[in-house]
Amino acid sequence: MLKFFVGRVAVMFLTFVGVSIIAFSFIRLLPGDPVALLSGERVMSPERHAALMHDLGFDRPIVIQYFDYLWGVLRGDFGTSIVTKQPVLDQFFQLFPATLELSVCAILFAVIIGIPAGVFAAIKRGSFFDQAIMGTALIGFSMPIFWWGLLLIMLVSNTLQWTPVSGRISLMFFFPPVTGFMLIDSLLSGETGAFKSAVSHLILPTIVLGTIPLAVIARQTRSAMLEVLSEDYVRTARAKGLGPLRVIGVHALRNAMIPVVTTIGLQVGVMLAGAILTETIFSWPGIGKWMVDSVSRRDYAVIQGALLIIAATIMIVNLVVDLLYGLINPRIRH
Amino acid sequence: MSETTVHGGVSTDSSLRRRLAEFWYYFSENRGAVIGLVFFLLLVLVAILAPWIAPHGPADQYRDAVLLPPVWQERGNASYLLGTDAVGRDILSRLIYGARYSLFIGVIVTSIALVGGIVIGVVAGYFRGWVDTLIMRLMDIILAFPSLLLALVLVAVLGPGLINAMIAIALVFQPHFVRLTRAAVMSEKTRDYVIASKVAGASHLRLMFKTILPNCTAPLIVQATLSFSNAILDAAALGFLGYGAQPPTPEWGTMLADAREFISSGQWWVVTLPGVAILVTVLAINLVGDGLRDALDPKLKRS
Repeated sequence: MLKFFVGRVAVMFLTFVGVSIIAFSFIRLLPGDPVALLSGERVMSPERHAALMHDLGFDRPIVIQYFDYLWGVLRGDFGTSIVTKQPVLDQFFQLFPATLELSVCAILFAVIIGIPAGVFAAIKRGSFFDQAIMGTALIGFSMPIFWWGLLLIMLVSNTLQWTPVSGRISLMFFFPPVTGFMLIDSLLSGETGAFKSAVSHLILPTIVLGTIPLAVIARQTRSAMLEVLSEDYVRTARAKGLGPLRVIGVHALRNAMIPVVTTIGLQVGVMLAGAILTETIFSWPGIGKWMVDSVSRRDYAVIQGALLIIAATIMIVNLVVDLLYGLINPRIRH
Repeated sequence: MSETTVHGGVSTDSSLRRRLAEFWYYFSENRGAVIGLVFFLLLVLVAILAPWIAPHGPADQYRDAVLLPPVWQERGNASYLLGTDAVGRDILSRLIYGARYSLFIGVIVTSIALVGGIVIGVVAGYFRGWVDTLIMRLMDIILAFPSLLLALVLVAVLGPGLINAMIAIALVFQPHFVRLTRAAVMSEKTRDYVIASKVAGASHLRLMFKTILPNCTAPLIVQATLSFSNAILDAAALGFLGYGAQPPTPEWGTMLADAREFISSGQWWVVTLPGVAILVTVLAINLVGDGLRDALDPKLKRS
């Protein structure tokens, strides 16, 4: 197990170095002058240009520049936004809770509906329910989620007036962020109605972001369950006279969950990609919207830094999923 | 010598036909897959015949017919069956022309990712060693980013536009093909038939692409279908964000970007219809993909 862990971390570090090279070269691959791009100054005198060139370190050999950059990154210096003049890492930590809150809700939504739906479809294989569930799952899997968001806003927010259109909480409420998670902060604030407002703002984005993971999890659960249900030990459990709930709930589900957990872990990357679209549609102040805004504002320092932070986050999550996988699946440890 | 060649040719032909017949037998058992395939073929037909079947040009603006609803609603006009958009363009015609873009995106992105992925994957799986390590670490780096984010940033570097969006998406999809090909090549490489032709003196190139590769196609075909639908989705998403096809191109995602302002003003058709087109197209391709997987997966066939 330890050897496995060390090996995985070593590969991860290598990948991280590769990712940092990509982030480092990104600013130099862009058409145009990197100094002008990074300083955000369009018109400048040659003296100013030379001074900036020196300040930003562009006058040194490229290899030195890279190691300097990497050294900075390892100490937590991911650059400074051209627009807000704030360190990229600070901005990331300010915005990340919003994305995390939304992603966790979306995954919970997907798991709570997806796993029972998949199990049910597997037990009733070939039935009308199975076909209906799997048909719906395939529609969810094929969904252009940016359109799904627009459609839900049009129906639920505008026509039915059930939920607000955008943001994390009604503008009526104002309290200092304590944890960054609106659901917790609104409870801590003690203001009446704040929590309700936060929940109502979360509902549609959660559904939109959770749709594809929900479909993937339901499909994966069904096929894993079908595989397990035909195993000998399930038949033995049945033959012993165990009730169907116990056979399915304890014997079958536990083993069927092994591939499903991996699938859930793999959804993290999907979630971040989905967050780009979901947050843009719902004006959700998180990482996804930050990236889209930075690209449109040409805030290249932010793009460069955020690329690296996001890749590192995904790599760490993948590592954790791998370790979890080893824990729930004893076969892999040997 | 020539006789054996001819004989060999005939026998592969009939075995190919038999394999196709067997494939169709399993594929056609899946009703959804057949429906998906029929819809997809119809869409291809629509795309090819677009100039003849579209009632209007995709960019023709009718200033006296702005934001008309579909024909079955009040105020609907029979010459604009699915209504018109904010500058009086016929939505049905734009959707018909949009099919061309979506299919084009799917074909090009999948071809680039597939061909590139196969070549790189075969090389990695065949040679192993440091070549393999280098290639796989490079693929890990690409996979470390969320695909849409990487595509978005690449387009920011290359400049917005449909071609650049397709290049970016193809690059992001490539690692999946590399991994699949490599795994398949590695498991085939030690089989007897490969060793036999190696002993017979076949070159590396022949071994890689002629002996081994044809036996690795099943997972690649399934992955290619999946990429086809994902390419359409991602290109539409980039178009929606303003970095894919640029207006007035009748690409479905770009049409949705234009339509955003109408979600609160009651012109539901401007917002709904392009999305329905994307959803139904992607759904049809995914149905075909599911059918292909079932028909090509030997594990499922036996049961």
